[in-house]
Amino acid sequence: MSLRKAGQDSHGQDSSYFLGWQEYEKNPYHPIQNPMGIIQMGLAENQLSFDLLKLWLRRNPDIVGLKKNGASLFRELALFQDYHGLPALKNELVEFMEKTRGSEMKFAPEKLVLTAGATPANEILVFCLADPGEAFILPTPYYPGFNRDLKWRTGVEIVPMQCSSSNGFRITSSALEQAYQQAQKMNLNVKGVLVTNPSNPLGITMTRSELNHLVDFAIHKNIHIVSDEIYSGTVFASPKFVSITGVLKERNSDNNIWNRIHIVYSLSKDLGIPGFRVGMIYSNNERVVSAATKMSSFGLVSSQTQYLVANLLMDKKFTSKYMEETQRRLKRRKEMLVCGLRNAGIQCLKSNAGLFCWVDMRHLLTSATFEAEKELWIKILYHVGLNISPGSSFHCCEPGWFRLCFANMSEDTLKVAMQRMKAFTHSTTFLLKAS
Amino acid sequence: MGFGGNSQQLLSKIATNDKHGENSPYFDGWKAYDRNPFHPKNNPQGVIQMGLAENQLCFDLIEEWIRNNPKASICTPEGVHQFRNIANFQDYHGLQKFRNAMANFMSKVRGGRVRFDPDRILMSGGATGANELIMFCLADPGDAFMIPTPFYPGFVRDLCWRTGVKLIPVHSDSSNNFKITREALEEAYKKAKEDNINVKGLLITNPSNPLGTTLDKDTLKSLVSFINEKNIHLVCDEIYAATVFSSPNYVSVAEVIQEVEHCKRDLIHIIYSLSKDMGFPGFRVGIVYSFNDEVVNCGRKMSSFGLVCSQTQHMLASMLSDENFVTTFIEENSRRLKKRHDKFMKGLEEVNITRFPSNAGLFCWMNLKSLLKEPTFEDELKLWRVIIHEVKLNVSPGSSFNCSEPGWFRVCFANMDDETVDVALNRIRAFVGRETKKPVGIKRWQQNLRLNFSSRIFDETTVIMSPHSPIPTSPLVRAT
Repeated sequence: MSLRKAGQDSHGQDSSYFLGWQEYEKNPYHPIQNPMGIIQMGLAENQLSFDLLKLWLRRNPDIVGLKKNGASLFRELALFQDYHGLPALKNELVEFMEKTRGSEMKFAPEKLVLTAGATPANEILVFCLADPGEAFILPTPYYPGFNRDLKWRTGVEIVPMQCSSSNGFRITSSALEQAYQQAQKMNLNVKGVLVTNPSNPLGITMTRSELNHLVDFAIHKNIHIVSDEIYSGTVFASPKFVSITGVLKERNSDNNIWNRIHIVYSLSKDLGIPGFRVGMIYSNNERVVSAATKMSSFGLVSSQTQYLVANLLMDKKFTSKYMEETQRRLKRRKEMLVCGLRNAGIQCLKSNAGLFCWVDMRHLLTSATFEAEKELWIKILYHVGLNISPGSSFHCCEPGWFRLCFANMSEDTLKVAMQRMKAFTHSTTFLLKAS
Repeated sequence: MGFGGNSQQLLSKIATNDKHGENSPYFDGWKAYDRNPFHPKNNPQGVIQMGLAENQLCFDLIEEWIRNNPKASICTPEGVHQFRNIANFQDYHGLQKFRNAMANFMSKVRGGRVRFDPDRILMSGGATGANELIMFCLADPGDAFMIPTPFYPGFVRDLCWRTGVKLIPVHSDSSNNFKITREALEEAYKKAKEDNINVKGLLITNPSNPLGTTLDKDTLKSLVSFINEKNIHLVCDEIYAATVFSSPNYVSVAEVIQEVEHCKRDLIHIIYSLSKDMGFPGFRVGIVYSFNDEVVNCGRKMSSFGLVCSQTQHMLASMLSDENFVTTFIEENSRRLKKRHDKFMKGLEEVNITRFPSNAGLFCWMNLKSLLKEPTFEDELKLWRVIIHEVKLNVSPGSSFNCSEPGWFRVCFANMDDETVDVALNRIRAFVGRETKKPVGIKRWQQNLRLNFSSRIFDETTVIMSPHSPIPTSPLVRAT
């Protein structure tokens, strides 16, 4: 009896990205109960603004009680399983997405497909756009989960497009072309490029120039662009977020390319509610919307959550304030991390978004190799007590880069982490000098 | 290589093929309902929805429980202190207390005759997601699963569409009460082998949709021994387990494996959901329970594609570990289903409509062979169109369930109130009355009953899209 998928490793969950989590689970930091434990810095969660959400809930008891005009909505919600989703929620989501994109263009609710998180949204798009054995180009470094989400059950390949620190890890036309040629050599039919904008793990937003290069490339090769914009609401400093749709609008592009642009979004990062599983696909391509809607049956958003979130987003005043405040808190937190690391003699890639920083620890490697990167990671995990994510788990082509998350812990915990880092680098420097 | 302007080639085969099953002619019934839905006050001449296997009989019990247990919600003042933890929780293991509660509930539904291990419980996006997930774990594209007919039409999408798995129907018919015989299984298996098809397993639904019957212990044992012998998997879709309302008592495959000698447990998997038993299809609670460790491991990772919302997990963890509530609910659910079933059956008997005797489910399998001009599927479809457009009832023709003999129709009875059942029965009576008086062909028939009943709440201004929305919805979404 074979269980091919069961036996395969392409879910990618044995990579160090996940092993670090396991070590954390065994010995988690707690300020009082376990002050020597491991601090979790490998989790890109936004835990900064739950207090605001709780306040909103307190002020809206009717929503909470699932009541409208006194009558209970429980039954209607319990029965609601229409894969078109709650119209009110879709209306609010498109408005929310418009606002994040500076209201430069209007989004239509009928082009939105709701899914149980961004994880199925990405998988569904790949199922719709590519056959087994075909490929998507992904700029590196990229989110490790993409190996599972894009490849595992779809049978589609990922062709990495190497970006390096020489130009701030930006996407260039030549790198895109190189990746495409590489795919041709491997006999892989490229169906599209998938970018994450703002980037995980880099924490930067794509420039207009990058986006235009990407569009030029997609037009030329007649392929799709999937833009995973799940961090679009976490942009806390300039430059402002520019979506691929904004760039297309500026170019006054013809209809053909519009049919090949698809956005993935989710509320897990921006609103900090990953447990609620609210994801979505936005596509201008009717056939994609139609197929994706049917596929969403395999992971619909729970109706009680649809209702709650629809009402939350309807409160525009609250939502505006929430987004402003979250971004303010993220900025402050990031600056704490950058400052703390600087004190430890460590630089970060300059970032304006995300829940993490892309940190340069190349100078702490004993050699410019991935073995040395792994050694350093293990040292930091077990001796410094920080679970950070090594660049290799993001398929980065240069050893020595690490992603450190800053929004999933209290300020105090972050301070402790920074102290540990400082102590570590000082002793390391001392050792390196002494040897 | 350019693709020109042909958008078809730009998309995958899966996106552009028909294997989602929604282009079948059976859409007509749904369209007719969506265009003209019955409402006792606003539209008494509309089409009554009897194609939807929903359980709407016990919401009052659940609503009462929710009112009395504000802590179960993370939004109430009593429960909001949990908001942060729950909103943040996306661990694909699922909340421990949720799995404990589910294991407890599943055990209670089976009369406590079997215990379930919470660590073997995997979450998925409803039974729809669960069925697809187990296929991804057990079979490769091109492999096949045997499936007794008649079966739920949505299986074509759930088991085959994105997985590439094939279905091999194992036919049964009324001549032997739709029993799944060893001979039929052996024959289907042999033929598959001859055709070089790699059979990976057998999938059964117990209690059965659309038959509404439970499998007896001997049949279950024989199925288990069959798959053991062939070394193939057995997937048991038990989503109607708590809808058993009369004897014989329900026997789950979990009970049987305890009794079959040398049973290879690694081959046994159960699909469960709360959509039918509790009436919560909107909350998307699907469960895969496997006795195979590798499947549990693999399936757990796959559950990322359709986790149960943490808010829902939290609420259910509370509700389903309330022993008193669970006991009362299971009993009362059964009692009300029986009452509704009996009322409906009596109505059918009055006009000599026979149906397949059933002890479970939210529907009955109605025998309308006597109304067919010829015993053909063409005539079954003709009759079906008359029932939709003239009698104004959306029922499901047996051919949509891959039934091998024409003339059977599935009629749902638990998705409406008592008064609507009366209206439906009146319409059936009038129709059959006319038809039996004029046995030659199927005549046009005028509906002119006046109705006067208490209303359901259809608030047009409500945020919720009520079942009669103007947007056509797929019958496959609302698990038929």
